[in-house]
Amino acid sequence: MSPEVVIQLVGAMVAAACALVGTFLVLRKMALLGDAISHAVLPGIAIAFFVTGTRAPLPMILGAGALGLLTVVLVEVFHKSGRLREDASIGVVFPGLFALGVILISRWAAQVDLDLDCVLYGEIAYAPWDLLVVGGRALGPKALWVTGATLAVNLAFVLAFYKELKLATFDPGLAAALGYAPAVLHYLLMAAVSGTVVGAFESVGAILVVAMLVVPPATAYLLADRLGVVLALAVACGVASALGGYWLARWWDASIAGAMAVVAGALFALALALSPRHGLTARLLARRRLGARLAGQLLMLHLDKGGRALPASDLAARFDWSERRLARELARLERAGWVVRRAGALALTPEGATALAETGRAALAHRS
Amino acid sequence: MDLSFSARNVLAGSAILGVVGGVVGCFALLRRQSLLGDALAHAALPGVCLAYLATGSKTPLPLFLGALAAGILGALAILGTVRSSRIKEDAAIGIVLSVFFGAGIVLLTYIQKLPTGNQSGLDKYLFGQAATLVERDVAFMAALGAAVLAAVALFYKELKLLAFDRAFGESLGLPMRRLEVFLTALLAIVVVVGLQTVGVVLIVATLITPAAAARQWTDRLGVMLVLAAAIGAGSGVTGALASATLPRLPTGPAIVLAASAVLAVSLVAAPSRGLLWAWVRERRTAARVQRENLLKDLYRLGEEGDSWGPVTTPVLRGLRGGGAGDLARQARRLAAAGLVEISGDRLQLTAMGLTEAARVVRKHRLWELFLARRLELPSDHVHGPAEAMEHALSDEAVEELAAKLGHPLRDPHGRPIPPALPAVEAGR
Repeated sequence: MSPEVVIQLVGAMVAAACALVGTFLVLRKMALLGDAISHAVLPGIAIAFFVTGTRAPLPMILGAGALGLLTVVLVEVFHKSGRLREDASIGVVFPGLFALGVILISRWAAQVDLDLDCVLYGEIAYAPWDLLVVGGRALGPKALWVTGATLAVNLAFVLAFYKELKLATFDPGLAAALGYAPAVLHYLLMAAVSGTVVGAFESVGAILVVAMLVVPPATAYLLADRLGVVLALAVACGVASALGGYWLARWWDASIAGAMAVVAGALFALALALSPRHGLTARLLARRRLGARLAGQLLMLHLDKGGRALPASDLAARFDWSERRLARELARLERAGWVVRRAGALALTPEGATALAETGRAALAHRS
Repeated sequence: MDLSFSARNVLAGSAILGVVGGVVGCFALLRRQSLLGDALAHAALPGVCLAYLATGSKTPLPLFLGALAAGILGALAILGTVRSSRIKEDAAIGIVLSVFFGAGIVLLTYIQKLPTGNQSGLDKYLFGQAATLVERDVAFMAALGAAVLAAVALFYKELKLLAFDRAFGESLGLPMRRLEVFLTALLAIVVVVGLQTVGVVLIVATLITPAAAARQWTDRLGVMLVLAAAIGAGSGVTGALASATLPRLPTGPAIVLAASAVLAVSLVAAPSRGLLWAWVRERRTAARVQRENLLKDLYRLGEEGDSWGPVTTPVLRGLRGGGAGDLARQARRLAAAGLVEISGDRLQLTAMGLTEAARVVRKHRLWELFLARRLELPSDHVHGPAEAMEHALSDEAVEELAAKLGHPLRDPHGRPIPPALPAVEAGR
């Protein structure tokens, strides 16, 4: 396999693994817990390194997983005791653990190859040359194995507990009442997030793994309403960010992980602007349509109440509109054939009266 | 103390940051925006890089302004996303934080590869290298810190209103939205000032951890601000000193660990809010409830036999279960207070104990009657709630209850309600 392909494959698998668990973090409003875990696993990695003396993946994943769960437990304990709110609990727990990790590494592991920069923003560009060696035989790039395993575990987790995750995410009360143990599921999800963070660590680093956990699922959430579709779109956005980021980084000769986050952010911005149902443009158009309809109804109601043809001149002052706006609304009503202009005066046509009555009935039906 | 010139700079910078971060952090904490500082710090990075690219210099002011502009842009992006879409605040913070930071890293690696670029000066904004603080930086921090503190002092009343009762402030016609932006700008200034000392990742702790610790000791905002400033300064000085004396101990993490230690102590031991005292109070209440239950059992056994003679411990344990050790301990406490007499495995109420027991039973039966008559609960549903209320009702409340019920003589089960007697002044 060429180095180029290895890097892109690792990036895509990291992005897919992150998107699978990240979707649930976003839907359960726990995106920042993912952020906290991604930082707080650092001392776990350091301790695993001290205990084993190597950078073997398995002990590191176990150490990081333990610290990830410790983070969740500490945040919950502080929050549940009523002494700190949830945001403050997160804000004090992860910097404390991260500081501990930095001190452990810089005081006792500075000379060895547990490099702080590498942990923080990762270096996916070296992935093809860091080989997994078992019994003297090289089995290909280590990152491929680690991220592949992470993706497989996350996929198995989501497939095995799809129904339970869905229920616990959207109706935790019902899930508990039906005996699905949402708390157990919560910790399983947190364990999966911790494992994913560590798996992704070496390739994209602690801070950018948050980009992969949160941004593609949020993008997907703007585009779809069904959980299955959101999951699929999140994975697609993640993979697109990873591949796009790789080529962007090659073009600019810059950090691959950083470029992945930039592409993910650009995709999110696009979705935010253009999503057909939840995007800003769609919302703006819908609001303008609604505003025009209301203005038209208001005008027709006024003409109807007058019971006769009214001069157009005093209408703008009546509604506190600009002359231009009045002209626009009137033109729209005339085009629809609901209002006619006779010798400078305005009157409702019979069709207009019917449409107005229709609206009134609909409003009454809605109210009752 | 014998400190090098550069160590004194670090010490002064850390102390200034501690004071200002503690004060502004209190407002962030109270407004439930603890993680906004984290987002601001990450968002500042591309601003630093762009300012460097635009000016080509590493003087603090342009870099500071670039970081500030990018941080505020990030805060506005969070606000705009939450207001205008279905994305919730936590996800919006995560998105802005990671995407801005990613852009910053891209710019940083780009600068690194420029022929003129050497990123070592910008790098310190990432992880914070307090050791690189020079006198000029400290003077800059001091000036900005003083400005921030002056702003907080000047708008203290308005900020207090924003933190506790925004709607009331609005009803008074105060420009709360503008005040919110003002506070966010103050937060951004502190974050950017602190970046060089503690770095992007840990800056949130210099804001929130001292504030969270101070919150445990007081319910008054003024006291909390002073305490948070003191804790921030204290942990800043401790961290800087530790890092100056011990080899390979980075300053930023040392400061954060010191503040975290203060928070841990505060959470456990602060008077009234401390978890330790809460636990002690809970234990005391539980023990009092058990003693009162024992008195009540002795009373009811005697009431059935119409004489309050000695009762053996197996009989008592048959009523409520529980270990023999528990019962013996409760009995000893009651005996020490002069409420029971112990002889072998027999317990007997003293005259004082009888009065005290009657008081508890009176509360129980009056409450049962209240539930049955006023709330019209069936009489087999009133015992459970009364078991809990008998320990919580004050003597005044129970006499008021008796008056409201017309000084009744019998409970819903037909058992006599003991008359009101003067309370016993004994160790309870």
